[in-house]
Amino acid sequence: MKRTTLDLWVGFFVAIGFAALVFLALKVGNLSGNNFVDPYTLKAKFDNIGGLKVRGAVKSSGVVVGRVADIHFDPKTYEAVVTLTVDGRYSFPKDTIAAIYTSGLLGEQYIGLDVGGDEKMLKSGDAFFKTQSAVVLEKMIGQFLFGKAAEGQEKK
Amino acid sequence: MFETILAFFRAIGHQVTAAICRLGRAVRFFLSVFWLSGTAFRRFHLTIREIYFSGVLSLIIILVSGLFVGMVLGLQGYETLQRYGSSEALGVLVSLSLVRELGPVVAGLLFASRAGSAITAEIGLMKATEQLSAMEMMAVNPIARVVAPRFWGGVISMPLLAALFSAMGVFGGWLVGVVMIGVDDGSFWSQMQAAVDFRLDIINGVIKSFVFGVLVSMIAVFEGYDSEPTAEGVSSATTRTVVTSALAILFADFILTALMFRGQ
Repeated sequence: MKRTTLDLWVGFFVAIGFAALVFLALKVGNLSGNNFVDPYTLKAKFDNIGGLKVRGAVKSSGVVVGRVADIHFDPKTYEAVVTLTVDGRYSFPKDTIAAIYTSGLLGEQYIGLDVGGDEKMLKSGDAFFKTQSAVVLEKMIGQFLFGKAAEGQEKK
Repeated sequence: MFETILAFFRAIGHQVTAAICRLGRAVRFFLSVFWLSGTAFRRFHLTIREIYFSGVLSLIIILVSGLFVGMVLGLQGYETLQRYGSSEALGVLVSLSLVRELGPVVAGLLFASRAGSAITAEIGLMKATEQLSAMEMMAVNPIARVVAPRFWGGVISMPLLAALFSAMGVFGGWLVGVVMIGVDDGSFWSQMQAAVDFRLDIINGVIKSFVFGVLVSMIAVFEGYDSEPTAEGVSSATTRTVVTSALAILFADFILTALMFRGQ
């Protein structure tokens, strides 16, 4: 086979190979979707983070506005400290509540920002004043059962 | 009775020494392949020719297998996921299993049987017909001229083939899941994009396929170069290439997976 034809085929092969890699990176791995415009960090302390993981989504009104950058345990207050990276295009009032929700019944957990009405905005490095921990199913069932039992006694 | 016991141990000893000799030859061979790789890059058209033979000619089998593997994943995944009412997670299942495991492993196995066996047979036949000795007589080093370009051609082709396999598989899964069965297109892609991590999944998949490419190419060129210079020797060397490559890929896959995905 002539060298030019060989070069052509190999060039074609390498090009579609790299195209496949780019497809995997952008369309499957969504490499492009994580780039927030000059992001800033916020901190939130939770009593219980449930199944929240690093790289989990931070949503406000259901729109992804950031990601969980780091989770660690504070040995002094016995609380979980979650560091969030939030898109610089969005700023949130000081009295915004950070809550941990679950997407769907079996879906992964994310942080929802319930926006408040304060006129001052949260700056980079600030911590949320109010947070709401993840719902632990066992506790909820326990409360429900105790509530039922209490109801039953009142009727007697 | 005593003689048979002695013969038994003699047989074991012979096997072990033969295996160690072979291991020594293999290590010396690999070192000289790396040492003499300069030619493969200085005269890059030699390597381009080998990329054509092991990469371009493997395209059809890789693309078609990738498509069908993805389509089967789509069907089977949907069958199981819809029982739990989460058929939207089909994209996650298809893409993660392809990018992490099936892409590199199945493409590696296909590559070993399509390209590895051809490399072994070619080098073995060159040895049997004394072409390699003739090169040495002309002061051309056969490792630099014949072996190194084939090795690097395989190493370059393999990650690209694995990426094509995964991409084709995702397309096949999309074809079955979204076009045929009617899973929602938007959630198919968005759940996939939320679950697949670029560094953890895609880069690790590329690393895996690169390691498999090195393994298969090494085994193929060594078996060819080390084969007995007879028709029978070449045929058994070709068989050994496919068997050893398959075992090496699966074993290395376990080791790499244990290193990459433990506890995540």
